[in-house]
Amino acid sequence: MATEPDSSSRIITDQEVQQITRTEELAYELKVEEVMTRNVKCLEPDMQMSQALEMFRSERISGAPVVCGDILCGIVSLEDLIRCLTNYDLDALVREYMSANPVTIRYTDPVVEALKLFVTTKHGRLPVVDEHNRMLGILTKGDITMGMLEALQKDFQAEELRRYRASHLFEDIVSDRTSLILRYNIKPRDFTNGGAASSNIKRALVRLGANPQIARRCGIAVYEAEMNLIIHTINGGVIRVEIEPHQISIEATDDGPGIKDVELAMRPGYSTASDSVRELGFGAGMGLVNIQRCVDNMKLESTFGKGTRLRMKIFMNPDASVGEGHSAH
Amino acid sequence: MTLAQIANALGLALLTQEQDLTQITPSAGYTSDMLSCVMSGAPQKSLWITLQAHVNIVAVAALLELSAVIITEGAAVDAATIAKANEKNVILFSTPLSTFEVAGRLWELGLRAG
Repeated sequence: MATEPDSSSRIITDQEVQQITRTEELAYELKVEEVMTRNVKCLEPDMQMSQALEMFRSERISGAPVVCGDILCGIVSLEDLIRCLTNYDLDALVREYMSANPVTIRYTDPVVEALKLFVTTKHGRLPVVDEHNRMLGILTKGDITMGMLEALQKDFQAEELRRYRASHLFEDIVSDRTSLILRYNIKPRDFTNGGAASSNIKRALVRLGANPQIARRCGIAVYEAEMNLIIHTINGGVIRVEIEPHQISIEATDDGPGIKDVELAMRPGYSTASDSVRELGFGAGMGLVNIQRCVDNMKLESTFGKGTRLRMKIFMNPDASVGEGHSAH
Repeated sequence: MTLAQIANALGLALLTQEQDLTQITPSAGYTSDMLSCVMSGAPQKSLWITLQAHVNIVAVAALLELSAVIITEGAAVDAATIAKANEKNVILFSTPLSTFEVAGRLWELGLRAG
């Protein structure tokens, strides 16, 4: 973005903000001192240009800062050296050929400031100084690239570690029976958030290292239970998922209105959904049928006028888990 | 066959954020306007053709990890649906064609049911 000439005048939309990459974020997060090269070879104003030439050759560099004590007072670039060579003037002093008052960057500045300077000044390197103009290091585009790669690598390792920790949760914690319980309160007619609980549960399962097929089946079963609570209940309900190393137990409960005829409700294509809900694509009468297909065990209990409790189980071991639900009772 | 080729052949309008559609190859096609049927019938990575345009199609597409959703007959898609799709990384297309026509042309292009 910094390379676009009109970037400063452009308004960034919310959607673009969401798309800002991790690398761009890092340009703001990383400080110059985190990526700069320290222990830089420096020249002094009273050295001869021949010494500068020798330093460029032996160190394979194309520029060097000039310091008086530890204060930055200039920079000698390859162009300065070429100017000196064309004049056959290698005995001259560094102070005669250096560029005084070079563009600098503060060690506390974010990397993005350095990127802007590289673009506007076309310099290949920036001396890094503190508030007293003391020379601390040098910054090239290469330093920034390396710094960003290292930071991305650290991000990656941190994510790997989180994933590893999550997937070994059950091995690391020793108890006679370890389980993780997730609870979600579902509001009636909250179609906007429909699918949020199931998507969160599915993601948790993937993080915990569950087989992707099992995570998918669990996601579908919870989605249907979640939508049933949204569509049919008076006061909403609760979804409770208990994850254990060997199984997932899901329970969806509500306090009404309850199902008049459970057997009829289980019949494919039977639905009591209203016309307005059907227009949204719900009420196909397939919800409970889908759940049955996805879980290993399902129990639906309901008292009309009181409420409904739907209990489901999925076995974690792919061999024990058949899906295609066994029975409704 | 990639999403880019399909979008090009059918003149589909991409509603969600720009991305490299040449990298996505749908596994199959599926069509229904009943969400539970989609839940039960749409294969993973498949392309779903529907007339539904409200926000819940995003939850379904995300949960099933569908390649993309084609919303037919120029059905109006509200901003909330598109925003949610961008958040969940679900690709939405729009077309004035009917579901039947889209399915037919996809079949001609070689896409099959799962």
